[in-house]
Amino acid sequence: MSNTTSQPGPAAPGALLEKIYELLAPLNKANIPLSADTDIAADLEIDSVSVMDLVMTIEDVYDIMIPINRLSEVRTVGDLAETVQALIGKE
Amino acid sequence: MDLFEKFGPLLAQRDQLTAIGSLPFGLRMDRVLSPTEAIINGREVILAGTNNYLGLTFHPDCIEAANEAVLAEGTGTTGSRMANGTYALHRALEQDLADFMGVRGAIIFTTGYQANLGVLSALAGAGDYILIDADSHASIYDGCRLSDATIIRFRHNDAEDLDRRLHRLDGDGSNKLIVVEGIYSMLGDRAPLAEIVRVKRAHNAYLLVDEAHSLGVLGENGRGLAEEAGVEDDVDLVVGTFSKSLAAIGGFCTSNHPNLDALRFASRAYIFSASSSPASVASVRATLRVMQSSPELRTQLAGNAQALHDGLSALGLAICAPVSPVIAVKIDDRDLAIMMWNQLLDAGVYVNLAIPPGTPNALSLLRCSVSAAHSAAQIDTICETFAEVGRAAGLVPAG
Repeated sequence: MSNTTSQPGPAAPGALLEKIYELLAPLNKANIPLSADTDIAADLEIDSVSVMDLVMTIEDVYDIMIPINRLSEVRTVGDLAETVQALIGKE
Repeated sequence: MDLFEKFGPLLAQRDQLTAIGSLPFGLRMDRVLSPTEAIINGREVILAGTNNYLGLTFHPDCIEAANEAVLAEGTGTTGSRMANGTYALHRALEQDLADFMGVRGAIIFTTGYQANLGVLSALAGAGDYILIDADSHASIYDGCRLSDATIIRFRHNDAEDLDRRLHRLDGDGSNKLIVVEGIYSMLGDRAPLAEIVRVKRAHNAYLLVDEAHSLGVLGENGRGLAEEAGVEDDVDLVVGTFSKSLAAIGGFCTSNHPNLDALRFASRAYIFSASSSPASVASVRATLRVMQSSPELRTQLAGNAQALHDGLSALGLAICAPVSPVIAVKIDDRDLAIMMWNQLLDAGVYVNLAIPPGTPNALSLLRCSVSAAHSAAQIDTICETFAEVGRAAGLVPAG
């Protein structure tokens, strides 16, 4: 497959995704099966404040900063993982 | 395709909530009788949700000042200060505020929301960091969103958490601005300001305190939480509002920084908003004088806050914070909160209904704000009405 702009970015490593699933579990009230394509707001019905709270927890787990400016483009669990991966890479 | 289609879920939620009971959005105060009473739905109601902390909205000096100003200078300024001119009254109020706060400068804004929007968006630029308390008011979030700074959130009222987050930025040479509030509007709790100041100093950051709900309420002279905590010299900027203790509308920023005036040329909320009307500015000047000459108002307010806090606690209701003029009763179930809010209103007590996502930690709240103008009898009635409604809801044991 050619790497066109319509392709998703580099996949986040599985361990990171698994950690995010784990942290999302208490918020996933309807037990929707989680995948990288799960839409955090639309599928899981998690509000923006809860997403920001989740991000604070992720910041502490990986000892990184995730500015809330970065969240405007995060829609799916995979987007979130990629954002975190990019910031871990910067440290 | 309908431009408004995106609001489908929002309107569906409104309809779902309205099916449970009336909502505050639909409430109309037919006539306001005094700082603590209004006619709503044809019934006289005690107002316990107006943020009218000192009860000065009907003070004769303030009404007279507003009257004189409207007669002398007209109903509106019809433009912004930058484009259409500053009135002597605007400057005079800025001087009054600087004198009252004991600092070099003050800038007034047309609303309190715009004060945060205008200050934060202009002050913090690309390469700067703003660290905000997780429970910050929407105006702080929106000000951050409009700025080019990098925004970091820290856990509510947790100075250690702030310290940890600042630690991640140590040594990068950027400017850091910490933003906290004197009293948080939803829960009524105060920032641990002395601890925040220690962290601020350790990381060489700036500190902005939003004293919207604490001005006129806390401190020996009513200057707010920073005065009460004895840390005014460590607070770089104060933002506040005229729409609570000062009983009008508008907002301000005060600071000792020699270049505070730069914000007048950089803050779009200041540059592009029409300036405050003469009546509003004149009434705020008068209210500020009344506030300074009547320290007993703060004593009265503190007494009323204590009485309501004690009364509601005695019923076994869960209150979110220690005593302050904001007394938020936690209701575990959102729908029950809506029903109780309606029952309180029907029984003659108006409080604020706060439900997720407008609240921290998805809480549902019946939020009261106390006024110095409440009589002891009114506080008793508020408590008795909560008792009745609480009993019907099974939250208060039968009498």
